[in-house]
Order: sequence, then structure tokens, then C-alpha cells
Amino acid sequence: MDLDAARQTYIIEARELLEAMEEALLALEEAGDPTEPVNAMFRAVHTIKGSAGLFGLDGIVHFAHTVESVLDRVRGHQVALEGELIGLMLEAHDHLGGLIADLQADQPESPASRLQGEQILARLAPHLGGGLTKAAPQAPEAPEGAVREGWHLSIRFGRDVFRNGMDPLSFVRFLGTLGRITHLTSIFSSLPQREAFEPEDCHLGLEIELDTAASRAAIEDVFEFVREDSLIQLVPPNALVEDYLRLIRALPEEERFLGEILVAGGCLTAHELSQALAVQKQEARQEGARLLGTILIEDNAVPPPVVAAALDKQKKAAERQTQELRVIKVSADKLDRLVDLVGELVIAGATAHARAAAAQGGGGLLEATQTVNKLVEEIRDNALSLRMVQIGETFNRFRRIVRDVSKELGKAIELEIHGAETELDKTIVEKLSDPLMHIVRNAIDHGIEPVDVRQARGKPESGTLFLQASHEAGSIIIEVSDDGGGLNKDRILAKAIERGLVRADAELTDNEIINLIFEPGFSTADAVSNLSGRGVGMDVVRRNIDELRGTIEVETAPGQGTTMRMRLPLTLAIIDGFRVEVAGASYVAPLDVVIECLDLAPFLESEENHLINLRGEVLPFLRLREVFRIPGERPRRERVVVIQHGELRAGIVVDRLMGEFQTVIKPLGRLFRGARGLGGSTILGTGEVALILDVAQLVQLAAEGTAAPSRRALAAPTH
Amino acid sequence: MLRIEATSHEGEPALLLQGELDIYAVLEARDRLGHALHEREALLLNLSGLEGLDTAGVQVLVWLKGEAARLGKTLLLFAHSPAVVEVFDLLQVAGLFGDTILIAPDAHDGQGQPGHRVSTS
Repeated sequence: MDLDAARQTYIIEARELLEAMEEALLALEEAGDPTEPVNAMFRAVHTIKGSAGLFGLDGIVHFAHTVESVLDRVRGHQVALEGELIGLMLEAHDHLGGLIADLQADQPESPASRLQGEQILARLAPHLGGGLTKAAPQAPEAPEGAVREGWHLSIRFGRDVFRNGMDPLSFVRFLGTLGRITHLTSIFSSLPQREAFEPEDCHLGLEIELDTAASRAAIEDVFEFVREDSLIQLVPPNALVEDYLRLIRALPEEERFLGEILVAGGCLTAHELSQALAVQKQEARQEGARLLGTILIEDNAVPPPVVAAALDKQKKAAERQTQELRVIKVSADKLDRLVDLVGELVIAGATAHARAAAAQGGGGLLEATQTVNKLVEEIRDNALSLRMVQIGETFNRFRRIVRDVSKELGKAIELEIHGAETELDKTIVEKLSDPLMHIVRNAIDHGIEPVDVRQARGKPESGTLFLQASHEAGSIIIEVSDDGGGLNKDRILAKAIERGLVRADAELTDNEIINLIFEPGFSTADAVSNLSGRGVGMDVVRRNIDELRGTIEVETAPGQGTTMRMRLPLTLAIIDGFRVEVAGASYVAPLDVVIECLDLAPFLESEENHLINLRGEVLPFLRLREVFRIPGERPRRERVVVIQHGELRAGIVVDRLMGEFQTVIKPLGRLFRGARGLGGSTILGTGEVALILDVAQLVQLAAEGTAAPSRRALAAPTH
Repeated sequence: MLRIEATSHEGEPALLLQGELDIYAVLEARDRLGHALHEREALLLNLSGLEGLDTAGVQVLVWLKGEAARLGKTLLLFAHSPAVVEVFDLLQVAGLFGDTILIAPDAHDGQGQPGHRVSTS
């Protein structure tokens, strides 16, 4: 670990803590018990400050200190965290975020930012109560009137502390903010002589008397970054002589030397020391040294319950440590590489299986490859699940946006989140963020009416925005809905005609009119506000969703609200496919869209209109031969694969059905990007290339092919 | 960056330390200051130009003090800059340089002003 790496860790951690703080702040605005959010905020700011102290980031320490002090008073019910103070805390949160961003960019704080920081501090000052206004060394966890007690800290820093980018000075400085250092002795006793002295080794030891009301954990946290290779002992206030004795035993220096330091620091009297040392010598001579706990109990120094409590505490600390270890951070690149490799493994596994099947009866070879394939499948699922993240984090970001924007617009809006625990691929989540933002802003800006309009319409003053996620048949559904005014069809149509998107005499269904909002160059905002109407329209949203192999649909009811429903694949990398053949070439459809497979002839309703009759339900169909203009004769017996996308179903007519097939999606080359009906390619076990069908487009094509001519009056988005 | 320049103090040759005596400079500081100590009976270090000092830097000075004691020579630190005073105060090491005992007799108050206590007599 070098300094940069440690700083990077700090930056990441600070970001997460700030996120937690924001979440807690916003949770506060909703009703409920404020205790937990306040504690979470306090912990976040406290940790940010603490770690900043270790890196000597005085600016952050200075700022965070005051914020922490105010939060401490909130915790102590001396100040109520509501209204204006919440706003102020959000500003403080943003300012801290700015400081962290500066740190990451490795640039000093700008004068403007410093001024802003001072202003926030000045506004926080009234909430500090008397005497606390100055961010001077101050025990943050000491409520007024608490008894301050003296801790003894005995630290022998590890050899590599300097090399790891730490300076013990910053620990001392930081301890000064936890309480008052009443005594400190630096020990360089292990310093080698002459040229044996390696100046980059750390030989420092510290004996410190610290007057503080901070907890043991808080003091220990100060040394978090050096805990591993350093020897750190804390002796609590009012400790027994034995505790010091134990300390003396544990340290590398000569007993008498340490004893003198302890006497100097006022922990021990000289008499106690000589007695203690005498006892220790005597003990050392006895055979079969007793455990320390035993000594203490047998000597009646500590009653048994105390020892039990201490053991319990030790156990808890160990448990906490294992829990921390249960989550590790892995760089996304490594995961991508793993998923990539697993993808190759899937292909190689399929190849092996195909060869084994062709070789026929090679002494259980087929069974062996089958087992391997099953394992590979499991590995694939596991690897993919590593990339899965909960959508909740993305949703939570909108709390702040909804709050700020609704305030700016003078609207009252509440955000409700459902299905925050729904998981989907990280890549998708990342790419989803922008379109989602746009839809949410649209809903706030255009969807939900101002308070007076809502009152006039007899609706509750406060509008509600729903963010919802759920799984459905291999897809994830994300809905953004509002209880606003709904989309105005007449205005959309008028605008579309004005913009030349449709002919004035076109007959459109309601649904088609609403879908006009996704056309490029369409925007109905009467006024260009700060939020939407910046030229980036719903067409960009749709394009983003298309790129994710998803779809978006709109449901709206005048006066009741609008729902934007996005349907996205769970992952982009690997699918379970269904392989079909046309003229000897393989095509793959995602298995989860395949409803059933039939012979064409018995179900054919109308060859002319391309319709099949599926037990009373009339569905459009299309022939892949025709879609891809494949020359050659149609086979006598044609097959239909019925596929479903969203609400729509269609039949895809092929030559042969080949069965289930697991596949890794490779993007199509640039040349084929425009090809309609194709979503990607893959390599078969035999080494042949198969094309992956774009089901959304095919279903669309099939529907258009059988639609009434008036529907084609719509300007088609693609050809 | 640490810069070491020859200068004089009350007619005696001395070294003026400038810039930062920190982890990045300690290897050079050990070699040059250790060498300087071997060359003369008394090493006088003017600390007025030190803008930064960290624990590693303090450690080099402590080592130098130990070497001087071992060789029967004198190490004198003088004209401490505010940065040096602050660090010496935090680590309570003024006593180490003032004389050879490990614990300064007046360090007990914990609030000492070590800057001007550092002198070799």
C-alpha cells in the first residue's frame, strides 16, 4: 500500500459515506423515527473527519468537525434537525463532496469554495450552542457535563509506517481533537546506531495520556491504518495496576524504563510500580505460567463477570471483523474479464460437447462433457450474478433530485420507490441512469401539476412520483409513473403536424399519437425550463433504451397521470438461446421470448396477409427467408416459432428447429449495425457463426406487415 | 525538497537547513548530516529555514543526536522555525535534544514550550 492507494481508498470510502449521509438526510424528511438516520449521518461525518485527520487534510477536518458537532447536538436532542437545518446539512454534504472531488482531482480548494465553506460554517454556528462555535480541539463525543477520564495509549509503530505514507504526527494531531493530551513521551529507543540506521524505517513509540470521553472504539479507529503492523495498547481510565503491568509485559522495552514513563504520566505511583514488578518477577519464576485472566481472578483483582464481559467483547470484535470481510471491492474491469472468459468457456464447452456427440460412444465421453457443461453453466450464472447490482442505489439518487427540483418549481412532490432490491447488470444500470433521469425530470417538470392546478382539479396538493422495478420473464421492468395531468394528445398531435412528423390528415390511434413523443425533434414544453426542453428529447431516451436491447412504452390517462414502462434484458453478455435454421444457416432467438413451436401448415390463416390462427388467436407471421432476402426454395414443411415481446406476439417462420442453445452475444460488426432484425452474433460449438435475432424489431416488423395502410402514414423511425 | 547550505553561527561554521526535512529527504539527510558530524567536533544546525518536518525527519535528528553522543561530539540545533517548534511540541522531543536523559524533567506539565528549551550547554 502506498500513499496514493490509501488516499484513493479514502476517497472511495468518503464518497460512500456521503451517499449514506444524503440518504439518511432524505429519509429524515419522511416521517418516522429520526434516531437511526441521525446516527448514520453522525457516523458518516465522524469517519470522514477521522480519516481526513490521518491524511493531514486539515480543510476537511475543519469543516467536518463543525458539522459533526452540530449532529452531535442533534443526537443529544439539544437541536432539532428539521426544515432549514436539513437544507443546511444538504449544503454541507455537497460542500464535503466538493472537497473530496478536489482531493481526487489533486487540486487545492478554490477561494470560492473556501468562502462557501466558511459561509456554511457561519450558518451552522447558531446551532452549536454556546462555547462550541470554534472548531477547536474538542472531544466530539463528549456531551456537556460528561466526566472526562484519562486513557493511557501505548503505541509502537510498525517499521513500514513511513513507507506506507503515514506520519505518526497526524495521529497525535488527531488525538488532540478527541480530547486533551495531558502527557506524551516519544520513544526512539530501538534506533540503530551508525550506518545501520535506515531513516525510512519507523522506530517511534509513543506513550500518551489522553483525557477524553471518547469510546475505546473511537480511539482505536484513529489507528485504523496502522493497526495491522503496529503494537497498540489502550489502558482505560481508572485501570488497575495489573492492567499497566500487562502493558509493561507486552512492550519490547525494558520494564523499568516503561515503568518510569508510567510513573511520570501519573498512571502509577512509584510504590505501585515496584510492587507490581516484584509480583511479576515472582510469577515468572513459577512453573506453568497462569493465563492472565486466571491471575486476575485468582488474585481477586477482577470479579469473574468482568472477565466474562471482556471475553464477550473480544468475541464481538472478532465477529465485526469477519463481517467487514464479507464484502470485498473488485474492479469492474476484472469482472468484465471474468465474464468474458466464462463466455469463451461456454463456447468451448459447447464445442467439446458437439465433438463428443459426433464421436459417439467414446467410453462415457458424452456424459463427461455433459457434466462439464452443467458446471460451466453454474459458473456462468455465478459470474453473471457478480455483476448484478440492486437498482435501489440508482433510484435513491432521485430522492435528492425530486426534492431539489420540486422546490425550485414550487411543486410539492413525493417520491415512492418500490422494488429497490431488484437486481440487474451493472452495465445496464450505468447506461440506464441518463434516460431515467430524463424521464423523471420530465415527469416533475411537465407531468405533475403546480399546487394550485392540483387543488382546482380536486387532487391532493402533493403529487407523487413512483419509481418501480420488478422482474418479468427474463426481463426487468422499470416504471416511472406520476399522478399528474397525463399527456395531452391533442397538443402532441398538433405539435407533430406542425413539425412535419405526420401528415395533417393522418388517422392515428391514441397509442400512435402518444408514441410520437419519441420521434426525433419533438418537444411539447411550452416554456423551456431549467430542467427539460434542452433539446435532448424522448428520442434520445428511446435510443438509449434500444441500445440496451430494451423497449419503452407509455401509458397515460388525462388528469390521472402517466407511466413510462421500460423493459430491459437482465444482462447483455450471455443468453439462453433457441436455435433455428434457414437455408442451412443458424439463427438464435433468446429462449425466454419463445412461447411455442408449431408446423406452419395446420395453423395458417391467411398466406396473403401473413396471419396464423393460434387456437383462435390470430397472429401475424413473417418468414426469415423474406426478411433477410435469402434465395432458394422454401422447404415443404415449414415451422413457426411463436415469440412474444411485451404485449405483442408474432410467428417467425423457419426451415428447421434446432433446440436450446446457450450463447455468448458478440456485437455485430459496424457494417451490419443497420441490419434490421439482427441483434448480434455468436459462435457455435462447431465454429460456425450464428446470427442473433432482434426480437423486438421482428415483432414490430410482423405487426407492421399486416397493419392497415393508414398506420404506415407514421414516419417510420428506421427502414 | 531539502536544501543544506554552509553558513556560520557566532563565528563557528554551521549548516542551514531549508525546505522540508521529511520522508523524501531522510536518506540524503542521514548521509550528509552524518558525514558532516564526522568531519568536525561540533555540528551546528540552523533550523530557521525548515518549512516542514515530519516524524521521519525528527527521527534523523534523534539519530544524529545519538551519534554525536556516541562519538563524544556536540550537536546543537538552533533558530527553530515555527514548523519545527510545532512538531517538537507535539512529539515532546525537545528534551531529547536538550540533554542526554530520555525523559525531560519538566516534560510532566505536558504543555511545555520546547522551542527555546533546546540548547546544549
